[in-house]
Amino acid sequence: MSRKIRILIAKPGLDGHDRGAKYVARALKEAGYEVIYTGIRQSPQAIVQTAIQEDVDFVGLSLLSGAHNELFPEVVRLLRKQGANDVIVFGGGVIPEEDIPFLKKEGIEAVFTPGTPIKEVIEFIESNKERLRQ
Amino acid sequence: MTKRLIEGIIRGDVRSIARAISRIENDTQDKETLIDALYEHTGHALVVGITGPPGSGKSSLLDRIIERERKQGKKVAVLAIDPSSPFTGGAILGDRLRMQKHATDQGVFIRSMASRGHLGGVSGATADAVKVLDAAGFDLIMIETIGVGQTEIEVMNLADVVLLVLVPGLGDEIQALKAGVMEIGDIFVVNKSDKEEANRLKAEIEYVLHLKMSQEQSETNPIFMTSAIQNTGIDQLVQGMHDYVQKMEADGRLAQRRRKRLTLELRTIFTAKVEAHVHNFLDTDHKLDIWIDQILQKKSAPYQLVNRKVAQVLKELKS
Repeated sequence: MSRKIRILIAKPGLDGHDRGAKYVARALKEAGYEVIYTGIRQSPQAIVQTAIQEDVDFVGLSLLSGAHNELFPEVVRLLRKQGANDVIVFGGGVIPEEDIPFLKKEGIEAVFTPGTPIKEVIEFIESNKERLRQ
Repeated sequence: MTKRLIEGIIRGDVRSIARAISRIENDTQDKETLIDALYEHTGHALVVGITGPPGSGKSSLLDRIIERERKQGKKVAVLAIDPSSPFTGGAILGDRLRMQKHATDQGVFIRSMASRGHLGGVSGATADAVKVLDAAGFDLIMIETIGVGQTEIEVMNLADVVLLVLVPGLGDEIQALKAGVMEIGDIFVVNKSDKEEANRLKAEIEYVLHLKMSQEQSETNPIFMTSAIQNTGIDQLVQGMHDYVQKMEADGRLAQRRRKRLTLELRTIFTAKVEAHVHNFLDTDHKLDIWIDQILQKKSAPYQLVNRKVAQVLKELKS
């Protein structure tokens, strides 16, 4: 038996800058994970449905438009509403330091701002391994 | 746990379906119980394979086909396979990007699968994932293979009918494809048909099919010209696909194909089980190095050694 970690990298909101998201997706692939990439301008509903159909362990949200305080918590809320309580959500993008405590309170477990070495994202995933269902 | 999962799948519950596919992919212990319990609920879906070289537009075409089938009220599932890295085991699964507008449609289920080292253009879990979707009540299940070259033809063993998508600009490559994937297509699709060379490609396909026909005396495989981006030729393709399946059903080819699929499946399961038992009995994991040393030291030879070990297993069976 071989349990593979599956990660959804998604871009909610209206900005079309997906370089960061694609970079993270590729780096996580190189780290040995299965990464599902959805492309830009995804609604929270579409992201949540995708996460459930793909049965992912993590959802990574990338946003540069400034709407993270609305859209990130909305994704977490919809996931929980659908009963996907075990999906771990993290975020990245241009996010001011002062917003991070709020996002964490809303269930976004880690926030990676520009310039974060990819190693930190991988460490975050590895450190949550025991929480994943078998 | 497994019982609840099975009930969920038969009810069409998305989370149950998704979770079951993961269990199959991860080869969990309850996989066999799961599949066997679902088996009596299968056999209703039409399984369509869609294959072709990388960049031929398989995902975009699928997106359009889903649109049409949803208008007819059919429930559609897609299994989209992408390659795993042979070095890291990681994968980027991006096929669903082109189908994302169906993400919130409750009548559509899309699942990306990494090949996880399986060769042949699909993943080792694809066949069983199809059963889950079939039992869950999907009318149409589409398997999108990884971008194929010449030998990735396994989809023909999983699908009722195979669409082979080709695009202009491959040039003489169609000649190279002749021996491999060209032979597994039931229906040929010339996508990006707005491109200049499309008609020439169609003529080439006709030529290759003509050669094949004269050898096998079979009826002609239909060829459709489409442009997924411009949304042209799709209605004809979908209609043609259903007509073709109807013909296969009428002349018994569909039943024959499904029987052959089951035959291959049973053989595969047998081989895997027998192999596991044999290696378990012989303790191959621990003994292999000793055997290899014997062969390297020329105290034994490969066939001689294996024959002796197999004889040992057979002798044990008789006693």
